[in-house]
Amino acid sequence: MIDKFRIPPSYIGPLLISAVVIAAHLSFGVLDGWEKFLAALIAAMVTELVLHKLVTGKWRNLSSAYISGNSAGILVRSPMIWPFALTAAISIASKYVFRFRDTHIWNPTNFGIVVMLLIASDSMAVLSIQWGSNMWAMLMIWIVGFFVISKVKLFHVCAVYVLSFLAFAWVRTLFNDSIFLAEIAPLTGPMYQLFVLFMITDPKTTVSTQNGRMFVAFLIALVEMFFRLGEAVYAPFYALFIVGPIALIIDILWQERKEKLAAKDELATPVKI
Amino acid sequence: MNKELYKKILVVLIFILLLFVPFGMKKYDEFVNAEFIGNMEEVIERYGFFLEDVTEQLGINFVHQRATVDEKLHHIMPQISSVGASVSVVDFNNNGLQDFYLTNSEFGAKNALYMNLGNGEFIDVAEEMGIADLNIPGLGASMGTIWGDYNNSGYEDLFLYRWGRPELFRNDEGQGFTRVTEESGLPVYFNANTAVWLDYNNNGYLDLFIGGYYHEDVNLFELTDTRMMPDNYEYATNGGLNYLYENQGDGTFIDVSEKVGLHDTRRWTLAAAVVDINDSGYPDIILANDYGVDEIFINQNGERFYNTGQEAGLGFIPKSGMSVDVADIMNQGRFSIYITNISEAGVLMQGNNLWVPTRRSSGEIPSFRNLAGNMGVEIGEWGYGGKFIDLNRNGNMDIYVANGYVSAEPDTDYWYDYARVVGGNRNIIIDANNWPDMQNRTFSGYQTNKVWLNDGAGRFREVAHSVGGALNYDSRSVAYADLFGTGSLDLIVANQHQPVKIYRNHVKPEHNWIGFDLEGVSSNRSAIGATMLLYWDEKISKKYVSGGNGFSSQNMRPVHFGLGLTDAVEKVEIRWPSGITQTIEGPEINQYHRIKEPADQTVHIGTIE
Repeated sequence: MIDKFRIPPSYIGPLLISAVVIAAHLSFGVLDGWEKFLAALIAAMVTELVLHKLVTGKWRNLSSAYISGNSAGILVRSPMIWPFALTAAISIASKYVFRFRDTHIWNPTNFGIVVMLLIASDSMAVLSIQWGSNMWAMLMIWIVGFFVISKVKLFHVCAVYVLSFLAFAWVRTLFNDSIFLAEIAPLTGPMYQLFVLFMITDPKTTVSTQNGRMFVAFLIALVEMFFRLGEAVYAPFYALFIVGPIALIIDILWQERKEKLAAKDELATPVKI
Repeated sequence: MNKELYKKILVVLIFILLLFVPFGMKKYDEFVNAEFIGNMEEVIERYGFFLEDVTEQLGINFVHQRATVDEKLHHIMPQISSVGASVSVVDFNNNGLQDFYLTNSEFGAKNALYMNLGNGEFIDVAEEMGIADLNIPGLGASMGTIWGDYNNSGYEDLFLYRWGRPELFRNDEGQGFTRVTEESGLPVYFNANTAVWLDYNNNGYLDLFIGGYYHEDVNLFELTDTRMMPDNYEYATNGGLNYLYENQGDGTFIDVSEKVGLHDTRRWTLAAAVVDINDSGYPDIILANDYGVDEIFINQNGERFYNTGQEAGLGFIPKSGMSVDVADIMNQGRFSIYITNISEAGVLMQGNNLWVPTRRSSGEIPSFRNLAGNMGVEIGEWGYGGKFIDLNRNGNMDIYVANGYVSAEPDTDYWYDYARVVGGNRNIIIDANNWPDMQNRTFSGYQTNKVWLNDGAGRFREVAHSVGGALNYDSRSVAYADLFGTGSLDLIVANQHQPVKIYRNHVKPEHNWIGFDLEGVSSNRSAIGATMLLYWDEKISKKYVSGGNGFSSQNMRPVHFGLGLTDAVEKVEIRWPSGITQTIEGPEINQYHRIKEPADQTVHIGTIE
């Protein structure tokens, strides 16, 4: 009986994030409230269902929307419910509006968060404070996170970003009289844990080569530095918002060019008889 | 082909529609809350009142000066020394006129006791009364005061709490004050931002609750260790202890905090209110904690306090509790709790809490639900004192909220630096050395105080800009008093490092009122803790005699009810702390009734003197 029980691979991601959210909320109260979290989840899934049916005429597996809903439910901070639902809905809708060569170019949650900060900043903010007071809890999340990320072979993205962040934090101290510890403080909080472990590693919106991904991670940290020098509280989200789609478009075009050249080479190669 | 195009257009339209949701909501909100600008008469006609700034006219020129803390904290001094401006109302000489006391905080700067001369004039008598020069190196900086007749002499005594040594002054029949701190047995050092008089065991003597903010081992003026900041922005565990000092009836107090269960946590308590929230006959303690959750300590027969925060529905979402007040907002004979927090657009959106009792709230453990959003009193800004007050005497409790943290160099902002540090791990946030230099930057400054009018049907409407109360100082402590003997509640707003403001409240004359000034006999003489139920116009309005509430403040002692156009009151029921219940049938309106506690359960008819 037990042997017959198998979790479909597409449910592993949603189950994993659900486990993380439940554990984090029960341990540290990370959510603003279950009703707000549910609003984000439902809005994400309903938007996905409606738009996908509208565009393709078919129903769609909702795991991706479920993950986006979870992210919005964790990251948004507001005393009201509607910003949670709206962030999730905008995140999902962006996938159907902003497409290049039939693929979406923004990480949906990153897009939703940044747009909401632009159009509804008087009603919402983003998770920016730590959960719990325990150093070990923080380290454990990093260790487990890196372990999971390395299993999907994306550890290099996180590593390059974290190292670049640390280097640029030191560079910033040369400009703003701040001490190094204050500059790296955000990295020790949950907003960055979610950003580093889950957002910049989103397979759908990362470039195709390992070197490319490492270079993009470095660029995100670089652009973030400028936002930080301009005192933007949500600098990493803005940096990814700018760098992510540009990198993806360049990558797609580059791959197309490579394929074309390869095809040309193939045609130009003399056929041995 | 066309079908595909239409589909794409439809998707884009849906997306655009989503983007317009916040814009549409904002426009709707602006439409519903459109400001009305008119002259005083027009405003009174429309809203029922107008707040006139009469500070200059009264010749009151008190300016609060913030404390200068240890030089190790100078880089963040505006945020460390961000409190200390406070106001408490008292009739210290029993002449029936409401006086008020203001605290200063800088060493050498003097506190003030403004005596009401009854002719619209006030004079500062703190110096001659011996309670002016109280900001002294070694003793500490004033943070607030509360008045209560701890020795049942018939005169209100003064308790002053500091970042430093608290002080008790005995009132010598309104002619002066005698410092009795040493013999009283009160603690030697304390970083308190709130204190409330209460009779926790109903023995007829006022006890003292004192809330700790910074750890009591931290001397902010001679700092030995910079690791004294909160260890977490949401779940801080290194604040000051809260204390309960039991009055022994002989002028001394003993510390019973541990015995009654108040030493279980080390939250950063900024404000407290004490009221019998579950109708048990014993006063309960409600706490607004910075860097943490709100709490209710239920009094178990005057023997122990039991923390019901989570069971009561309050203790789940940590915010930055700054002030707490209690009122019956729907005239249903049930208390709701208002706690201010911090909201800063795009950075930190906590929202204020309005804890309204649920239908199943009964028995020992009450049950509350936060309806601040539904009722329209959620989004303040960086809130401090939030006070319930019936400004237009229509019988519905309105809300006045003091806003604004640090107004320094205009067009500068410290939020970025603050946000990155508080997002860090405890080892970073806890050490003041890691906090970036404020460099005279503004930090949620120049914010406007809010005036929310209660429509009596479950909605509040913000009208500060229309009714004259739109002050944009760094307001802290708010208290009300009938300063001019008109039956209207005037406002005193203490502002940090800025001048105090006095607002005379001009109320629509047709709006009736009634007031009660209670004197305990078996109960404590100040009658603190007495609950009143006013039956009028098929409503029941519940109020209580407070020993201090809001943020570092205390309102006038007499209990005041607005009646709107109603021209008669059915009855008032007084539940004295002693357990005696007194009923007065048909008391006259538009006057204060001085009521002495009877020896047993009684029913009176008409006016009582």
